[in-house]
Amino acid sequence: MDLQRLEGILSRYDCQPADLIPVLQDIQDSYNYLPKDELKVVAERLNMPLAHIYSVATFFTMFSLVPKGKHLCKVCVGTTCHLKGGQRLAESVSNRLGVEIGYTTKDMNFTLETVACLGSCAQAPVMMIDDTYYARVTVDKVPKILKKYQ
Amino acid sequence: MPFIESVDHLTEYRRRVRAARDPQQLQVLVCGGPGCLPLGSEELAAAFAAAMEAKGIAGKVLLKTTGCHGLCSHGVRVLIRPQEISYQKVTPEDVPEIVETTLVNGGIVERLVYHDPESQAPCPHKMDIPFYQAQNPLVLRKLDVIDPESLDDYLAVGGYRTLRKILFQMTPEEVIAAIEKSGLRGRGGGGFPTGRKWRLCREAQAQPKFVICNGDEGDPGAFMDRAVMEGDPHAVIEGMMVGAYAIGALRGYIYVRHEYPLAVKRLQKAIDQAREFGLLGSNILRSNFSFDIKISQGAGAFVCGEETALIASIEGKIGEPMPRPPYPVQAGLFGLPTVINNVETWANVPEIINMGPEWFAAMGTEKSKGSKVFSLVGAVNNTGLVEVPMGTSLRQIIFDLGGGIAHNREFKAVQTGGPSGGCIPPQYLDLPVDYDSLQQVGSIMGSGGMIVMDSHNCMVDVARYFITFLMEESCGKCTPCREGLKQLLAILNDITTGQGEEHHFDLMEDICQTLATASLCGLGQSAANPVRSTLKYFREEYERHIRDKKCPAKVCRKLLTYTIDPNECTSCLACVRECPVGAISGPKKEPQVIDQDICIKCGLCVDACQFDAVKVE
Repeated sequence: MDLQRLEGILSRYDCQPADLIPVLQDIQDSYNYLPKDELKVVAERLNMPLAHIYSVATFFTMFSLVPKGKHLCKVCVGTTCHLKGGQRLAESVSNRLGVEIGYTTKDMNFTLETVACLGSCAQAPVMMIDDTYYARVTVDKVPKILKKYQ
Repeated sequence: MPFIESVDHLTEYRRRVRAARDPQQLQVLVCGGPGCLPLGSEELAAAFAAAMEAKGIAGKVLLKTTGCHGLCSHGVRVLIRPQEISYQKVTPEDVPEIVETTLVNGGIVERLVYHDPESQAPCPHKMDIPFYQAQNPLVLRKLDVIDPESLDDYLAVGGYRTLRKILFQMTPEEVIAAIEKSGLRGRGGGGFPTGRKWRLCREAQAQPKFVICNGDEGDPGAFMDRAVMEGDPHAVIEGMMVGAYAIGALRGYIYVRHEYPLAVKRLQKAIDQAREFGLLGSNILRSNFSFDIKISQGAGAFVCGEETALIASIEGKIGEPMPRPPYPVQAGLFGLPTVINNVETWANVPEIINMGPEWFAAMGTEKSKGSKVFSLVGAVNNTGLVEVPMGTSLRQIIFDLGGGIAHNREFKAVQTGGPSGGCIPPQYLDLPVDYDSLQQVGSIMGSGGMIVMDSHNCMVDVARYFITFLMEESCGKCTPCREGLKQLLAILNDITTGQGEEHHFDLMEDICQTLATASLCGLGQSAANPVRSTLKYFREEYERHIRDKKCPAKVCRKLLTYTIDPNECTSCLACVRECPVGAISGPKKEPQVIDQDICIKCGLCVDACQFDAVKVE
């Protein structure tokens, strides 16, 4: 376990119960998932049962208990995107990457997720890879977009 | 940036900022709002910078990336001031021509301006465009002119005047009275009178008190709060300061969903600026008022838009709602009195105090005052953010501002209020949009999402979509919501896959009744709306699915058959490559054929075909 890295995160907080979600967010950002050993240390330092941390970690969608891929691909299936074929877009990306929605490719390069609204509804259907938005994505544009990250 | 010590210092600093600005300064304002950003705002701004440098005019023209310009469907938008020339669908390739024609020679590039769809007359200036003419922006007013990362920009347009006014000219009591008199109601969906909420919190005994800004804009199809947080973050902060002063809070939280990283960045920057400048902290402007703000990021849960769940989440717990009462104004964050308002509500506050409650109350209807921002999306020609006085009719919004239905299709319904809202049919197009009239027809105002649907949208599928969403987002705490939504979804899945039965109508009505009366929080109580409203207004469409096993809008995939028209197939094989099960085949350079036994009816071939050769029946 990389204790120094975890200490770096914990040192930014007072370690009060209310700091739990921000601490988990920082760990998720830094490690790309929530490693069990690290969570045990967090439980000790924030003085709370590991079970409580587990309940929070599994309630919110941004947390993952297994490592996520290098790139996070989110296909929007918000209302407008749904009406404009967002679900089919997600299926197309899933077929292209050979991975089910919600899972990570074997080479750990991509995690594919669907998300309920990225807030760019006027450009539906929309997808986002890491911090880049892609507007009005039709299925024929998918291979070209994915190629940039392969 | 200097540290502002006193109110006189603030006035003096503002005067200096303004004096340094020439009203005739040539400015290029590139839209960096939620709609234009994915179309390439950043690349476009970089292209302007390079082209102006090359022309040697970089020093004479001010280039800014601003918040949302409103008309997202025609992005990326560029506004040239002071002439107020509004360009649309601008790409980096267009930049040299704009620089040469407009910035150097003062002319207009006509091919990049809006043209009236009927007369084809060009509308070069912003106010020539009907979309803007019909609006009366209050919250969105500054979005297309200020750089959201510049405190000076906010000050130059009168920002933090309200802070000065309340601290030195008004008592907290007077501030609350003004908000009450204005008639402002919560813009997040509930529509609770803001002034009354503040008064209840002020009267609560316990200390300390908190203000929270709800920026957990979870309704799919709504992005106005994102646009405000990203485009005018200081307005949200100033609004919260007014609320904090009124109720006596020392600390505020802004809760932003993590899907909005740019909003978090802009708000954090604005908070840091305000702190550095002395507008947040202890004894602000040497008054007795001390206040500071912290950002709390959501972690991905729709239910956290519900106020008690949001509070639980800030406390580090899972986002499960609590039964009310006690209301947050009595026992909110950490069990202490808390006022929680949404982004748009807070952003309305500074201008209400500044211009006076009468000014605000003059806009709108008897019980819904002021203006409301809507995200107008879906099947209309002009999609984007609009802000109109309360009471504007749906017809005006959809047809005058929205420019009518795209592809000359027929208007079928407008969905308002997010997943908890309803679908409003054509017979109510003249309905004035306010809290109460939307409720009368089985929908809600919600946070302001307005999704327009045409004949190609299936209302049963829409109901199924929302119930899927709500089922996934239900926290699972109370039984009616957890189990009711699951059963509703099972029925809707049956109907949309050809397994529907007559008795499903009664069963759905029954479940809806239980959901609405017995659920713990707003999510469950309103979760029946999408089903109830579509059952009420589009029953015939359900009947077609159940009795004839047909989807008239050709959306429900299991009820459709896909074939390739041999006369239109160009044998490009795009569909063959897209088909996940290898159902499409045929000899080389000849029309392809779909094997119906293998086809899983995913519809990807329709999307892949550039020649409309895949037919759906």
